[in-house]
Amino acid sequence: MGLYRAIFYRLVLAVVTLLLLSVIVFAGCQILPGDVGRAILGPFADARAVQALNHQLGIDRPLLVQYWSWISGMVRGNMGMSYTYRAPVAPFVIHAVLNSMKLAAIAFILVVPLGILGGVVAALKANSWIDRTIVIAGLSATVVPEFVSGIVFIMVFSIWLHILPLTGTAPRGAGPVTQIYYLLMPSIPLFMILFGYIARMARAGMIEALHSDYTRTAVLKGLSRRQVIWRHVMRNALLPTITVIATQCGYLIGGLVVVETLFNYHGIGSLIFSAAKAKDFPMLAAGILVIGTVYVTVNLIADLLYSALNPRISFGGSR
Amino acid sequence: MSAHAADSPAAPAPAMETPKRIWRERSAMLLRSAPFVVGMLILIFWVLMAIIGPWIVPYGADDTDLLNTLTPPAADHWFGTDQFGRDVFSRVIVGSRDILIVAPLATLLGTLVGTVLGLVTGYARGLTDDVVSRIVEAFLALPLLILAMLVITALGASNATVIIVIGLSFGLVVGRTVRAAVLGERDLDYVAAANLRGERPAYILFVEILPNILPPILVETTVRLGYAIFTVASLSFLGLGIQPPSPDWGLSISQNYGLIGGGFWWTVLFYALAIGSLVVGVNLTADGVQSVIDA
Repeated sequence: MGLYRAIFYRLVLAVVTLLLLSVIVFAGCQILPGDVGRAILGPFADARAVQALNHQLGIDRPLLVQYWSWISGMVRGNMGMSYTYRAPVAPFVIHAVLNSMKLAAIAFILVVPLGILGGVVAALKANSWIDRTIVIAGLSATVVPEFVSGIVFIMVFSIWLHILPLTGTAPRGAGPVTQIYYLLMPSIPLFMILFGYIARMARAGMIEALHSDYTRTAVLKGLSRRQVIWRHVMRNALLPTITVIATQCGYLIGGLVVVETLFNYHGIGSLIFSAAKAKDFPMLAAGILVIGTVYVTVNLIADLLYSALNPRISFGGSR
Repeated sequence: MSAHAADSPAAPAPAMETPKRIWRERSAMLLRSAPFVVGMLILIFWVLMAIIGPWIVPYGADDTDLLNTLTPPAADHWFGTDQFGRDVFSRVIVGSRDILIVAPLATLLGTLVGTVLGLVTGYARGLTDDVVSRIVEAFLALPLLILAMLVITALGASNATVIIVIGLSFGLVVGRTVRAAVLGERDLDYVAAANLRGERPAYILFVEILPNILPPILVETTVRLGYAIFTVASLSFLGLGIQPPSPDWGLSISQNYGLIGGGFWWTVLFYALAIGSLVVGVNLTADGVQSVIDA
């Protein structure tokens, strides 16, 4: 299979995944809740009012018709009307995604270099106490839920030391520096979770590369330790890390729900959470579908990038 | 991951290693690993507290004392009291119960569903495998927390819903691991021999293949238990998991965290430390099991 056919094949798979995902989201938001009008108006509302609302929302139409009008709207950028705000969903979702991207960007900018550094140092000092400390601390940081580490950091930095603000939302009209300052605290729990994963993968990749034949050859050729590590080991060691960073994107988005709720920050996670609480199904469906699309796209890019950078993988080989 | 191949009959067995001996050696290795032992001790402590907690705590978890609300930690209330005058120490101890019922049951459900799913898709291959794999991919494009939130919002929050949602989602992940393991086994000679004897597929899957892929399933299960505790705690924090009046840790944090700005840190910190110790304990244990099986 040629390069372009392989890329095309992966694109098709990604589109199929997205279509299936849209069916899942549609089922979750339209079929599972049962009577949406009843859910919104409450158990004591008049049956005729419920019926009228259902008609107005268009949910008394056949499911296939509803799905088609929903998904074709989505593709054209029309995400429907919010039940709660009686306004189009799209601007809310776009605003929330941009906010979440700011938060995620800060977390990634902090964690990727530090995580890789931690992994590389651990690998170079494999089985020493430095290595064990990094591995155990990384593992512990990774498995503690965001709201738990978040609360401990709030106590230390906001309440006892008074050096970081309690919320993630900067005052209106704040400049970029102030915004970053407000986002530091919410990014710490995300940092904690990601650090362990990235460090672990970087360490494993590094150790594998250090024990490989090409490293042996490079050493025997008489290259200095510095040259061996930078020219031969690093490149191969960092490849798996790309995959981890991509798969952790999905994880990060899940974490955003908790972190944004904890720090009262208006991103896609808190948008989905408040839509779920208010049973605002169009908002919920749009938010979730956007998240799924981001995840599938990021993974597709990582997949292609990994293959492009890895000399040992030819496209479209056996699965 | 390649390590379990050493157990399969096709690999040249190093000098008569009986399964029993392998397990004995592995247990000995586990007990020599400090992180595993520490993790196991933490885990045993919390399981013990979940069982006998209500009988050993100084106060009832729901006993209110409106004359002593929000008192800081002191001799009569080790971890202080909350805004209803309930003893935080007693609530932390008893609060281990729900999460230690819900998370393991969800993990168990996930392991069972995943094992069956992985055995069937790995063995069937072809169209069944392709279709199921696509659907699994689509579900896994959603973070577990979001998927759980979607279903729980639609169906209502209860311990049963949480167990089912987490269990089924884990089933998909475990299924992928088991499928990969089955793919490594299905072309080996012992499977071909069973086929020639005319054994039915169900027999081949569950009696012939399953025992050989138990190690990766065990690793996956212990790792999943950590994720289950993580997810149940997070859902409870969001109000979508374990419901009041349980003294559950995540739930208690969500009810009290508005108070920490006022300096009442003890109404939140001890629950947070409890969750932290439990997840770290479970994951140290899982890590130990994984490194011994992969060794």
